[in-house]
Amino acid sequence: MTDSPPTTKLPAQSPPVDPAETEAAGHAAPAAVAGPTGGLSWWHGDGGEGAKRNLALIGVLLALFVIGAATRWDLYSNPDWVWANMLSILKLASVVGVVTVGMTFVIIGGGIDLSVGAIVALAGVWCTTVATQSFGAGGMIFTAIIVGVAVGLVNGTLIAYGRLVPFIATLAMLVAARGLAAEISQKQTQISQNSTINGIASTDLLGIPLLVYILAAVVAAGWVLLNRTTFGRRTVAVGGNPEAARLAGINVRLHTLLLYALSGLCCGIAAIMLTAQATSAQAAMANLYELDAIAAVIIGGTLLSGGRGTIIGSLLGVIIFATITNLFAINGLSTEAQNMVKGGIIVAAVLIQQVQFGTLSQFFRRNRLTTS
Amino acid sequence: MTGHDAVSGTGGTPVETTTGEVVLRLTDVVKTFPGVRALDGVQLEVRAGEVHCLLGQNGAGKSTLIKVLAGVHRQDSGHVEWRGGRVAFANPQAAMRAGIATIYQELDLVEDLSVAENAFLGHEPRRLGFIRRGHMASRTREILGRLGHAEIPPGRMVRALPAAGKQVVSMARALSHEARLIIMDEPSAVLAHDEVENLFRIIRELTAQGIAVIYISHRLEEIREIGDRVTVLKDGRTTAANLPARETPTSDLVSRMTGRDIEYVFPDRPADTVVGDELLQVDGLTRSGEFADVSLTVRAGEIVGIAGLVGSGRSELLETIYGARAAETGSVRMAGRALRPGSVGAAVKAGMGMAPEERKSQALLLGEPIYRNVTLATFARYARFGFTDMGRERAEADRIAESLEMRPRDVRRAVRTLSGGNQQKVVVGRWLLGDTKLLLLDEPTRGVDVGARAELYQVIRQLAAQGVGVLLVSSEVPEVLGLADRVLVMREGRVVRTAPADELDEPTVLDLVMAGSLMEGAAA
Repeated sequence: MTDSPPTTKLPAQSPPVDPAETEAAGHAAPAAVAGPTGGLSWWHGDGGEGAKRNLALIGVLLALFVIGAATRWDLYSNPDWVWANMLSILKLASVVGVVTVGMTFVIIGGGIDLSVGAIVALAGVWCTTVATQSFGAGGMIFTAIIVGVAVGLVNGTLIAYGRLVPFIATLAMLVAARGLAAEISQKQTQISQNSTINGIASTDLLGIPLLVYILAAVVAAGWVLLNRTTFGRRTVAVGGNPEAARLAGINVRLHTLLLYALSGLCCGIAAIMLTAQATSAQAAMANLYELDAIAAVIIGGTLLSGGRGTIIGSLLGVIIFATITNLFAINGLSTEAQNMVKGGIIVAAVLIQQVQFGTLSQFFRRNRLTTS
Repeated sequence: MTGHDAVSGTGGTPVETTTGEVVLRLTDVVKTFPGVRALDGVQLEVRAGEVHCLLGQNGAGKSTLIKVLAGVHRQDSGHVEWRGGRVAFANPQAAMRAGIATIYQELDLVEDLSVAENAFLGHEPRRLGFIRRGHMASRTREILGRLGHAEIPPGRMVRALPAAGKQVVSMARALSHEARLIIMDEPSAVLAHDEVENLFRIIRELTAQGIAVIYISHRLEEIREIGDRVTVLKDGRTTAANLPARETPTSDLVSRMTGRDIEYVFPDRPADTVVGDELLQVDGLTRSGEFADVSLTVRAGEIVGIAGLVGSGRSELLETIYGARAAETGSVRMAGRALRPGSVGAAVKAGMGMAPEERKSQALLLGEPIYRNVTLATFARYARFGFTDMGRERAEADRIAESLEMRPRDVRRAVRTLSGGNQQKVVVGRWLLGDTKLLLLDEPTRGVDVGARAELYQVIRQLAAQGVGVLLVSSEVPEVLGLADRVLVMREGRVVRTAPADELDEPTVLDLVMAGSLMEGAAA
């Protein structure tokens, strides 16, 4: 035991490049060597890794902007049009964006919520029944949010205390909630007669749509919740290492329950926004939102296995998708082509992240070993 | 020598080796991991047709040695000679192709495949890409016959077999590779008593065919019955080679396993330990299949050590006291107040803290910074209205890092970049924040290098001096004896002896731990 690395006999201060550190890093996790964690920087402690990744996403957005300008210079040469177009992209992103914030929490917490689209539909339908509408705008908003949270609580209870796999529990809820929505609406489109609700989608403040403000508020609240509160810290712990969280005294089950309730809450808010946009609600609304939200979370850099992720990344993911939709629309291209490109972008985003984290180099290293 | 070309041949008939011929020879094999010298000069010589037993305490290097032979690890220096030629297996497949098969304690079978599919997993007989199912089944039947278990149907799902049957399938897999050396890691641990006899019969059939067997077991009685020669490992070194398995006196074997050369630098025991009131009272705690009727107490400022083999129920006991497992019967009381069973939250509130056995999977968020790992159990206390106070958390974590001499000191670094010893300091440091009254430590120095070990010992002593009660589990007997004031010896889920540490020595504890077997072995 004489020539073991004397990590403990090093001087107490830690210079930026300490040989013992790099060695320890190399052995503890090969991924760390290739990844951006090798050095010591200001961004190291507080989710800076995510910040770096988000810069890459902003780069993608700029690239999309350049593509747009190159293909439709006639439109992009007009600054007023560009501004209006950006607002319309944000407005397009707003409803899915709110859902995505909740989804981000669930996924960082180690779960998945496939029922978000169905919850939006159920909350939208429930808050536009004749009975609910008689309580006015307040009653409608209250109903949508209560329905969203309640469904989220059911999901959470099944997963946290019934020990169902999140995928299965929320898949069942996806089917059941849409069924209930169809039952309540009797498969009819329910028109919203409430001008206050309908006004949410058509109101602008200082030239910016109210829907965009709502998105901004939800994103800001989500960011604070994730990065500055005990709730956020628990989310990362529960998703990153549930056993460690449990042995540290964190109530993992209760927290899991709350995560799904939070996702339900976001769906309730989104239901109001979507109902306002359409001035109506029906059981088929918010179709496939779960896929849009999950895709946005993933290209935003959140680990599907949980434990790491950012709200800003998810927001950028949603905006990127909305920008692509917009780009295809102004170029008069089909939605089919658009969907193919979106699929490609999801794969590309995940591949790029793997390169960033050195998984690919690890993969090659392992391959070399087995072939030698 | 029959040589390598014969081994790589794909013929259906086993390649013959002459019984008695040396098939495997290890010379000065060294393998180091960061901070630990797992193998430090191993010599081993195995002959065809013999059962060669490996004996050694936990951490003596047996597992690492197996993994070198199985191609999981590569030695840093030294030679492995296999059937006359030097080898260094690049991967497990290479070792398998060369004719070395390993049967691990946790059998690596696919439960939902059939016996035949498991036996030929990865090298199924094929024609044009299609598996020759009939051929595979008949060859499996033949192999099972050689093992004396023709009654196992090749088409049966492995899931449906009892543990002993699964073991036979594992051996069938080894034979399907024409293995000339089969390594068995504690094969009897999963078997009932009468099944062990059957295992021995199979081993005898194998050796009669000239196959060499490396047999690892803690039960000396088995070694005496089935073994031909014994090699003893201690601290990664061969301390005795090729002893006759039947004649060597037990005391000889035990003495070669004990008295470790590792310098255990224990801080001096304070002259008069001020032991306070009873802190933890455990009464009749039981979980069937894990441990039974365990009662113990820990006083404030006292270090109580639990010695026992892996699988003796130590870790399970600790986790049950901590509420991570729910006790079936019995109670856990902290300072006189009963704790709700199966509730970690209640235990933490009552002032318990635990550093679990598996640091990485049970204690750490590897991607998160050090300070967030240190404050994982306490961050809510620093928070105001639910908003975390990262400045204060960092300051507190800094203080802990300072007092534990954590390196590197920057608490914003990700935990995964730390060495094992420093990661352990993070886990222990977690419970130095807040008001931990009782610290449960499960294998606190596993994978920790010598220097960091000494520092951890110092920390544990200091905590006790400050009035914290410590309940310590370790596979390393000297560690338990050197640190603890009082020692509990556990075997097969029961406390077999409780005594002050200075009334026990290593051979005594080892005797108790391996008990029965060792004593019976001595009588034989």
